[in-house]
Amino acid sequence: MPRKRIEIKPKVEYLSILDGDGNVDEALDPRLDADRSLHIYRLMVIARRLDERCINMQRQGRIGTYGPCRGQEAAHCASVVVLEQADWLVQAFREPGAAYHRGWPLETVLRFWGGYEEGCRPPDGVNDLPIAVPIASQVPHAMGIAWGMVTKNDPHCVLCYCGDGGTSEGDFHESLNFAGVYNLPLITLIQNNQWAISIPREKQTASETIAQKALAYGFDGIQVDGNDPLAVYVATKEAADRARSGGGPSLIEAVTYRLSVHTTADDPKKYRTDEEVARWEKLDPIPRYEKYLRTRGILDDKLVAEVEEDALRDVAAAVDRFEASREVDPLDCFKYMYAELPPELAEQREEFRQALEREGYGKSAGGH
Amino acid sequence: MAQLTMVAALNKALDDALRADESVVLLGQDIGVDEGVFRVTADLLKRYGEKRVIDTPLAEGAIVGGAIGMALYGLKPVAEMQFSGFAYQAYHQVEQHVSRFRNRTRGRFGVPLVVRMPYGGGIRAVEHHSESREAIYAHTPGLKMVIPSGPRNARALLLASIFDPDPVIFFEPKQVYRSFREEVPDEPEQMPIGKAQVVREGTDITLVSYGAMMRPTLEAAEDLAEQDRVSAEIVDLLSVAPLDTETIVHSVRKTGRAVVIHEGPRRCGIGAEVVARIVEKALLHLEAPIRRLTGYDTQFPYFARERAFLPNADRIAHAAREVLAF
Ligand SMILES: Cc1ncc(C[n+]2csc(CCOP(=O)(O)OP(=O)(O)O)c2C)c(N)n1
Repeated sequence: MPRKRIEIKPKVEYLSILDGDGNVDEALDPRLDADRSLHIYRLMVIARRLDERCINMQRQGRIGTYGPCRGQEAAHCASVVVLEQADWLVQAFREPGAAYHRGWPLETVLRFWGGYEEGCRPPDGVNDLPIAVPIASQVPHAMGIAWGMVTKNDPHCVLCYCGDGGTSEGDFHESLNFAGVYNLPLITLIQNNQWAISIPREKQTASETIAQKALAYGFDGIQVDGNDPLAVYVATKEAADRARSGGGPSLIEAVTYRLSVHTTADDPKKYRTDEEVARWEKLDPIPRYEKYLRTRGILDDKLVAEVEEDALRDVAAAVDRFEASREVDPLDCFKYMYAELPPELAEQREEFRQALEREGYGKSAGGH
Repeated sequence: MAQLTMVAALNKALDDALRADESVVLLGQDIGVDEGVFRVTADLLKRYGEKRVIDTPLAEGAIVGGAIGMALYGLKPVAEMQFSGFAYQAYHQVEQHVSRFRNRTRGRFGVPLVVRMPYGGGIRAVEHHSESREAIYAHTPGLKMVIPSGPRNARALLLASIFDPDPVIFFEPKQVYRSFREEVPDEPEQMPIGKAQVVREGTDITLVSYGAMMRPTLEAAEDLAEQDRVSAEIVDLLSVAPLDTETIVHSVRKTGRAVVIHEGPRRCGIGAEVVARIVEKALLHLEAPIRRLTGYDTQFPYFARERAFLPNADRIAHAAREVLAF
C-alpha cells in the first residue's frame, strides 16, 4: 500500500519561427515554395478584406451580426493549406479564409451571417462542415469523422477549429478523450485569441497552456505563435502527417488575438484595454509575413498591390452575388425538414402559404 | 414609479434580490464585467462583487450543475444561459438533477435555483438564437416554467422565481427586451407563479398567448374590435408550468371560442396542452373548434425568413375570424 509518485512524461513544445518584426529563424523555416507561400498570403488578405466588408455591411443592415477574424488570419489560413482534398475541415465560426481555400465561394460567408441557410451548404465535392454556432459542439463531429477514417482504414485526417473558451465545454473534453483512446486522426486547433467574449483566458482555465490539456488524453500538445504563419504551418503539417500515418491526434494551441470586436453586437471597451489591443496590433500576422516574403524575394510592391486589388475585386464580386441572390421563398422552411414531407407538415405548409398570400408576400419576402 | 424597459426591470429584480438576501448569487458567461450580452446584469458586479456576481468559463453544464450544488448548500443561485439555444449543453443537469432532487430525496433537498435565458425570434439573430422551446421544460416534471411578457410582470415574476423554493426556468422574450417601456413601481413586488392574467376583458373569443406573442395578440384584438366589432378577451399565461387551467377555462366558458398563440412549434407545444385542458373542462361551452396559431414544425429559419415566419397580428386576427365564422 504505497504512497508514491507516478511518473508521467509531460511535453509541451512551443514553436515560433517568424518574430513580430518579420525576422525568421533560418533553421526552422520550412521554406515553402513561392506558390504556396503566396497562396497563404493571398488567403490572409482576402480574409481581412472580407472581414472589413462584412463589418461595414452589418453596420449598414445588409447582413446581421458578424464575428470577425481580424488578427487571427494566420491561425486558419496557414493551417488549412496542409489539408488534402480527402481530408475534412470542421469549422468554428471565424475562419472564412479556410473555407475559401477549401472551395466554399466567398459569398457563403455573407449568406450565413446574412441570415440565409444557404450559407451552410457545402459546395458539391467539398466534404467540410459549415460554421458551428454552439461553442465546441463541432468537436465531437470532427472526432466522429476521424473515427470513420480509422474504421474504413482511410489515411486521411480532420482539422477542427475551436476557441479558447470552447476548451471549457464538455464536448471538447469528451471528444479529445475519445480521440486519444481510439488514436484518431484528429487535429484540434485552438485559436486562443485570449478572450471568450469578455472572459479572459486566465479565467477560462487555470492551466498554464491549453496545449498541455492534450497530455491528460494521452497525446501531445504544442503551443505555437498563432500570428506566425510559418509556425502554424509547420505544427499543422507535422500533425497532419502523423495523423495520416496512424500516429493519432494532436492538439495545437495557436496563441493569437482577436483584434476586433467579438461580434458586431459586442462592445469590447467594457472588458479590455486599448493598450492591450495596441500591443497585439504590432504582432499583426499580415505585415510580418509580408516582410518575410519580401526578404525571400517572393513579394514586391507590385505584387502586394496586385494581391490587394484581386482581394477587393473578389470580395466585391461575392457581395454582388450575395445581394443578387437574396430573394428567398419563405416556404423553403419546409423544404428540407424531411426527405419526404409528412402530411401534418404539408398541411402547415399550405396554411403558411395562404398566410403569405394574404399578406402579399412575393417570393422576395426576405427580412429586408 | 419609473418607465422601464424589460431589461431594466429584470436588472431591478436581480438588484432587489441581491440586496434583500445575502444568499442570492448570480452566475453565467459574461454577466460580470460585460454586464451580460443584453446588459441585464448591468452594474451588479460593481455593487455586489465577484463572490456574488460570478463570471464563469464557457460551460453551461457546469454552470447549471454548479448552481445545483450551490442551491443544495443553501444559496439561491440565479444562473444565466446566454441564449436558450445553448441551454441544451446543460439540459442533462436540468432533466437528471434539477427537476428531480426534491422527489428523489423525499423532500429532504430542494434546489431553489433560477435558470434565466433569453428566447424567441424577431431580432435578426444568428442560428440557435431564435427558437422557443418552452415546451421541453414544461414537459419536464419537477420544473416551473415562467415567461413574462412585459417589464412590470418580468420584474415581479423574476423576484418571485428567485424566492420560490423550487427550480424555475425563466424565459425572457428578447424581442421585448427593449421594445417598449412600462411603469414599474419602485418598491419590489412579486407576482404568484402559476397564475395567468386576463389582460383584456372580452365576450366573443378568448385569445390565449404569452411572452413575445402578447404584443401582436393585443394588436390583433384591437383590430378585431375596430374592424369587426369583436370583443376579444386575452389571457396572458405568464407561467406555462404550472399552467393556470382555471383562468383559461373560465374565460372560454364565457366566450365559447378560443385561439391559442405561440412562437414555438405546434406539435406537442404549449398550445396543445391549453387546447386539451379546454376540451377536458369546457367542451360543452365551445361554439367552434379551437385554433392554434403557432410556429410551424420546421426549424426556426435564419433571420432572412423570420419576418415571414413569425406569427403576427394579421395572422392572429385571421385565425380568430375563422373561429368566429365557424
Ligand atoms: C454552447 C454555447 N454557449 C454560449 C454561446 C455564446 N457565445 C458565442 S461566442 C462565445 C465565446 C466563444 O469564445 P471562444 O470559444 O474563445 O471563441 P472566440 O469567439 O473567442 O473565437 C459565446 C459564449 C455559444 N455560441 N454556444
